[in-house]
Amino acid sequence: MNTELLEIRDHLGRFAPFDRLSDELLDAVAGEVQVSYYRADTEILARDQETHELCYIRSGAVEMYRRSGSLYNRLSEGEIFGYSDLLRRRGVQFPVRAIEDTLIYFIPEAVFERLCEENDDFADFVEEGGSALKTTVEQQRHNSDMMTSRVRKLIRRYPTMVEPSATLQETAIRMRDESSTSVLVLSFPDEDQSQQFTLADGQSWKLAGILTDRDFCTRVLAAGVTPESPVTEVMSKDPITVQSEESLYEAMLCMLRNNVHHLPVLHRRRPIGILHLSDIVRYETHSSLYLVSNIFSQSNVEGLRRLSVEVHSAFVQLVSEGADSQMIGRALSSIGRSFTRRLIELAQEEIGPAPIPFCFMALGSMARDEQAIVTDQDNALVLSDDFVAADHDDYFLKLATFVSDGLAACGYSYCKGDIMATNSRWRQPLSVWKTYFSTWIDEPNPERLLDSSIFFDLDGVYGEEVFVEQLQDLVASKASQSPLFLAAMARNACNRTPPLGFFRTFVMEKDGKHNNSINLKRRGTAPFVDLVRVHALACGSNAQNTFNRLEAINKARILPEGGSARLGHALEFISMVRLRHQVMDIEAGQQPDNNIEPESISSRDRHYLKAAFETLSHAQKFIKFRYPIPTKGRRTET
Amino acid sequence: MTPFLSNKHDQTSWADYMASCAQVARNPGLQRFYAAGVPDPQTPIGEVPLVALDLETTGLDAVRHGIVSVGALPFTLERIPLAQSQYWVVQPRQPLSEESITFHHITHSEIEIAPDLGDILAELLEVLAGSLVVVHYRNIERPFLNRATRTRMGENLLFPMIDTMQLEARVHRKRRWAWLKRLSGRPSASLRLAESRERYHLPFYTGHHALLDALATAELFQAQIARHYSPQTPISDLWC
Repeated sequence: MNTELLEIRDHLGRFAPFDRLSDELLDAVAGEVQVSYYRADTEILARDQETHELCYIRSGAVEMYRRSGSLYNRLSEGEIFGYSDLLRRRGVQFPVRAIEDTLIYFIPEAVFERLCEENDDFADFVEEGGSALKTTVEQQRHNSDMMTSRVRKLIRRYPTMVEPSATLQETAIRMRDESSTSVLVLSFPDEDQSQQFTLADGQSWKLAGILTDRDFCTRVLAAGVTPESPVTEVMSKDPITVQSEESLYEAMLCMLRNNVHHLPVLHRRRPIGILHLSDIVRYETHSSLYLVSNIFSQSNVEGLRRLSVEVHSAFVQLVSEGADSQMIGRALSSIGRSFTRRLIELAQEEIGPAPIPFCFMALGSMARDEQAIVTDQDNALVLSDDFVAADHDDYFLKLATFVSDGLAACGYSYCKGDIMATNSRWRQPLSVWKTYFSTWIDEPNPERLLDSSIFFDLDGVYGEEVFVEQLQDLVASKASQSPLFLAAMARNACNRTPPLGFFRTFVMEKDGKHNNSINLKRRGTAPFVDLVRVHALACGSNAQNTFNRLEAINKARILPEGGSARLGHALEFISMVRLRHQVMDIEAGQQPDNNIEPESISSRDRHYLKAAFETLSHAQKFIKFRYPIPTKGRRTET
Repeated sequence: MTPFLSNKHDQTSWADYMASCAQVARNPGLQRFYAAGVPDPQTPIGEVPLVALDLETTGLDAVRHGIVSVGALPFTLERIPLAQSQYWVVQPRQPLSEESITFHHITHSEIEIAPDLGDILAELLEVLAGSLVVVHYRNIERPFLNRATRTRMGENLLFPMIDTMQLEARVHRKRRWAWLKRLSGRPSASLRLAESRERYHLPFYTGHHALLDALATAELFQAQIARHYSPQTPISDLWC
């Protein structure tokens, strides 16, 4: 071709997927372009017509239609069409019409094939739906060092380990000699062989506890324990551990969630080192880690409130380091849980210990470990069945009010639907909760279904977590046996639908209408979560996190092969676009929200968002067929 | 016989003219070009091979100014294949002024190593032969090409052309009240290439490159046919 035709080359080079082609490939494309003009309202590709070209819109706009005649897509300058027919070597599936005067660049099949072969990014872009999203999502992950680096990378030395018979002084001497700041305490193996490991000398052991230099101060000296006492007396029993092949992020989240600073690192079952908070912090600064440990050192609500402004910067850091949505959701939930726990501790300092056992329960996104930067509080109290309202309720109302007000002060605004432990309905003994949940499942109505969609994502935050576990088990076992409930939940999960895609600076709806912005939570992530919950309930899983639920669904083979992975990739993509836009909001000094204006979405993101919306749309259609309304129960539907 | 000077020429005369030129032409390139002839005047435009042609010149006067570059792009009403585009920088026999350098973005050094138009003429004629040439404003391409062959070979180079500017002028002259607009001093629609393209919502191209202008002309012609004519329109309704 004549290199003089720079206009064509430069235009192509501005739009995805051509923007990532080498100069040589881009020249090859531009040189083979064939141009054609179409008046508004004329057909460009007829249904079933044979096609051997990729079509690129140089100017103007086109519409594609489904077999049913409904709108499939509306495209404008810089967008491509016709590739799916080329890939599948079939006639035109979706006919295309110009809706404005349009100039099309046709790119011959041979060039298209060369692009697919020589440029992976191009090949992914034109590959429809799932697999393209998968690669994109995986690529985002690979950009992050913290996500790919393993824990073992930071292990420099073998851990100091002592036998159960060691005294505190002997232990301290070992720590001094080996200049270590923590020691692992071993014990002789018992019947449970699952935690057994063998050391070089052939002796079998089990990890029993951990003791840090800090513990020597607080638990030994301050408590007046003598140096001759056995180490087992003061050690922290059954320490939380991490596997050596886990990612650094995983280790960080583990520290966040449990608020521990030392993590024994295991290879299979054998301890190979101890990871300390400072190892990770030295590796990269992690404001979320600092934040959580700071939360627990605050002595009043005002201190917590001052600290809460740092949640935004911790969030920005997570996103910029390339953490995926699951990691970010877990980190933010850990932060939210830490605020809640600390508030409960502070409340009890004021109003004293609880008269009966209880569990403070998180609902919704915090329970799913999917908290976002913009969030309100959803919580409840599960009380022991010894509960006597006249004697105890005053205490728990005070506790709930303290926590709820404290959370609101820290940026977790009050729940508009009053789903908070301050509401007496949601401050009940375990047996009442069981009755609630059973009734909702047995006799669903619109209100109960709405409640189910909030309360059936539940997790303990503080107290007797076994109460909440019992409730989780009840929901998991009962819902899966209730076709009517599943059918009703399935229909509910289709209430919020995704748009068709984007057109220029607008969000395009399925009926072709335009909107100025899109709420990516309401129209994207939330319907995904609803949908996955139904499948998870159906397979009797008590997982709460959407990605964990998808794993359970995959194992139960409820969806067609690869279906749950496809849903996961699509959800991940939408989530990341949402999170990145919230970071942009924060960096621009604005309040982050879930609304996104199409003009701030790149052409590449638009393309993949459209695919993700399509995945959601298909899944919503499928779920209605998967959980049909049982004929007997028809009266309770609606 | 000078059909090119008359707008209302006899419709059979182009074929006759080309045939007679073929008999007397001495230059083999010209001889082959004329012998390829022109399609029958009644042929629908949709069935005719077309070539968009654009010359960049050092000025507007074919006597005082010369050609600096030539862009040619064979196409049809359906497709404009860029792979077949041709572009030549040639050395004008007239000196290149500074203004025209900034205008065409062609530099002295490019010109110095460029061939004489005479050396590429055979190639150009081969591209044009048998096709209908489409230009925007024939009063540049036609006299400059003719002048160039006359000075080099002492022979004429004249052939039918479709002029997209003239097609555009027809549309605007036909408009009702157009005469009134002119009387009232309101500016009439500009017939320049960029402005004409805008009316068909064709994209803006940075102008004054012979090949890009040839492409711009080809696209404009496709658009004009799509809006005001049809692929069945006989070529005699379009050429001049």
